[in-house]
Amino acid sequence: MRHLNWERAVSVLLLAPSAIAIFIFVYGFIGFTGFVSLSNWKQLLPDFTLVGLRNYQRLFANPRFQIDLRNTVVFTVLFLASSLIIGLLLAVLLDRGIKGEGIFRSIYLFPMAISFIVTGVAWRWLLNPGTAQAGSTGINLLFEKFGLGFLKWGWFTDPTVLYIHPDSGLGQLLQRVGLGALAHPNLGMSVAIISLVIAATWQMSGYTMALYLAGLRSIPEELREAARVDGASEVQILRHVVLPLLQPITLSAVIILGHISLKIYDLVVAMTGSGPGFATDVPAYFMWETTFQANRFNQGASIATVLLLMVAVLVVPYLVYSVRTEAKI
Amino acid sequence: MSKRAICLALAVSLLLTLGLSVASAAPLSQGEAYTIVLGDWLSKIADKYLGNPGAWPAIMAATNTKYIEDPTFARIENADLIYPGQKVWVPTAEEAEAFLATYDPGQPGLLFGAGPKGQVVIGSWWTSGGEAAGLSGMFDIYASKYPDVEIVNGAVAGGAGSVFKGVLKTRLIGGTPPDTFQLHAGLEVEGYSPETYLAPLDDLYASEGWEQAFPADLVALLKSYKGHYWGVPVNIHRSNVLWYNKKIFADNGLTPPTNFDEFFAVADALKAKGIIPYVLANNGGWEAPHAFESVLAGVCGAEKYRGLWTGAVAWTDPCVTQALENFKRMVSYANTDYSALTWDAGAGYLIEGKGAMFIMGDWANGEFTKYEFTDYGWASPPATKGIFIALSDSFALPAKAPNKDNALAWLKVCGSKAGQEAFNPKKGSICARTDCDPALFNDYLKSALADWAVDAIVPSVVHGAAAYESWAVDFKNTISLFVTSGDVAATQTALQAACVDAGICQ
Repeated sequence: MRHLNWERAVSVLLLAPSAIAIFIFVYGFIGFTGFVSLSNWKQLLPDFTLVGLRNYQRLFANPRFQIDLRNTVVFTVLFLASSLIIGLLLAVLLDRGIKGEGIFRSIYLFPMAISFIVTGVAWRWLLNPGTAQAGSTGINLLFEKFGLGFLKWGWFTDPTVLYIHPDSGLGQLLQRVGLGALAHPNLGMSVAIISLVIAATWQMSGYTMALYLAGLRSIPEELREAARVDGASEVQILRHVVLPLLQPITLSAVIILGHISLKIYDLVVAMTGSGPGFATDVPAYFMWETTFQANRFNQGASIATVLLLMVAVLVVPYLVYSVRTEAKI
Repeated sequence: MSKRAICLALAVSLLLTLGLSVASAAPLSQGEAYTIVLGDWLSKIADKYLGNPGAWPAIMAATNTKYIEDPTFARIENADLIYPGQKVWVPTAEEAEAFLATYDPGQPGLLFGAGPKGQVVIGSWWTSGGEAAGLSGMFDIYASKYPDVEIVNGAVAGGAGSVFKGVLKTRLIGGTPPDTFQLHAGLEVEGYSPETYLAPLDDLYASEGWEQAFPADLVALLKSYKGHYWGVPVNIHRSNVLWYNKKIFADNGLTPPTNFDEFFAVADALKAKGIIPYVLANNGGWEAPHAFESVLAGVCGAEKYRGLWTGAVAWTDPCVTQALENFKRMVSYANTDYSALTWDAGAGYLIEGKGAMFIMGDWANGEFTKYEFTDYGWASPPATKGIFIALSDSFALPAKAPNKDNALAWLKVCGSKAGQEAFNPKKGSICARTDCDPALFNDYLKSALADWAVDAIVPSVVHGAAAYESWAVDFKNTISLFVTSGDVAATQTALQAACVDAGICQ
């Protein structure tokens, strides 16, 4: 018994420094940011007078922030969908045991080793459209050379926002059933964001592939054999045996990619900036400008808090779920 | 009788002289400059002023120290060799005593005025090209005056200073600022809470006579925040310049437009030829607002433009509506890839002959020179002839500067004629002082110098002069959105709201 207590004391002692550091530098500063977001600190000199939720009211009334929220949701959905689908596809193909699997695996995985800044710069050059008068550049030029000129478009410089126009047939139908609010540009998507999705997917789909590949390898061959014996086709095996077993992998991938996507900043800075009419602007970029250019520390903190809540919505259910499964075991 | 009278007169005059010399030999309370006359030697002067012939090393050291800052003083290499006409500095008796207490004849270095030592950390966002060259020109001057001070170049690259500002602000709040840092002259200083974090420079302005050295409009701008000077300007840039490709204009028989009607006529002619009439860049989110600033001043005029920033004119004014309409029409002639273009890429369109006109600050001149492009001309953007939208880079002194004296010495270099003449021709800007030699500058800058002397000078908002930084950011966001939305009414409402938010408009 004494021996056990001693061991316990050592483990507490060893864990204490990192626990304290995390408590101060993570949770302490989250708390401080939340506090600042309720304050009146809008010059360099801190002013901690509490003003309630005024900063949040101002924030949600800000047209740029409304666009940012729309962009974040659109980007996250598109980025997750494309990364998961492409990653799964690559993993399934590699799992067939083709020749040189190791080489392909490395090729697909390598982009992840690159920083988003580098990815952003490279894709910015690739997708830079040029102009009608000055001539095409990048991928547009490639389209032109291969007689695919009709595919040319403005990429991340296109200010178009797709949304249900109030005057369109659908818009009027929505108004008739009392859902007219849905026909609003802030519930649409800016097409420029597709360029960001392409770059981010290029970088991260190899990672999803690796996750799925590990998952596929852990599925016992007997299960597939059994399905084959029952006369299932390969597609049916994939659909009814493999995919359900890959669910935990998908969940992890969604959590990991999702929090990257919600907080994305470096890719946007390097590749597009705010974009035409803030078409590719994201909350993290707005937060930085608000804090360090406009000196509105309170407003910046409120953006940070909203970002944290968005990530929490994604991560907390996962944490609860994993804690519960562990408890079961 | 007459002999006695003469004797008396002589005696009185002798007494008077003695009395006077006694009076002048009384210990000085401040130190004094003295010009050597024939028959002087250092210990004689020391005896006369300090009552101690052995105090001559104190005079020699004090004079050599003065010489470092002010070369009109003599540099005394050898105490036995002084010449009539040389100016020496006689310290106070206390100073002399203090010096003699530490003076060691075995260490003659002390006699040559040990100048300031240590470091000076200079923060800026000048890291490349002409900017960095100009900065190092000022470093050279500083190093020759203060050879023992180590200059630490704390420049941070990126985003027209936005990256640097992020670094700087955290350091100011954290109490570990650089010794001096770059800042746009004008109301941008408000964002730094100068009452807490900066030291006012009023004394420095008085002692250096800068109120006379800088033009009155600039002096007014420099003390626009709370009536104090917070920075020393090193240069002046012009925001409103219309750059154009001379060859395109000559080939099409066009002349640079002077008003908006001419601008649109020229633009129509060029559009028909398949040339981009008006080059717009906005990758950084400030370039389009920068161009709009010129349109605003052109439509509203200098007086109303100023009023918009002081609250004298409301943003609901019809001239703002007209300016937005004009700018919207200008954007319709612009390249569609503006959101991918940084300002230098925009200048590139002119260099490659793909674009005809570009509104950008006069730093574009350096970009053209860099690519050895000579076929460019410059004019005032439509309707801004006689208006000079100015911005100025200055250096400020943090209240907690670790090496305050060295920083003050740097600020003196910044404001000096020599410093500005070393910096500006390389940076591609004109001197903030009025006495720089025009021969040092290129043709564009000579024309800017001429305009600077006669034009109405108004502050730039995008570059920190006209408004608080938070307001300037709102202005930039609103105009960036306007470029794609084209919604005049909503934009004007937002501009007025930003002014109210800044506490300037009602």
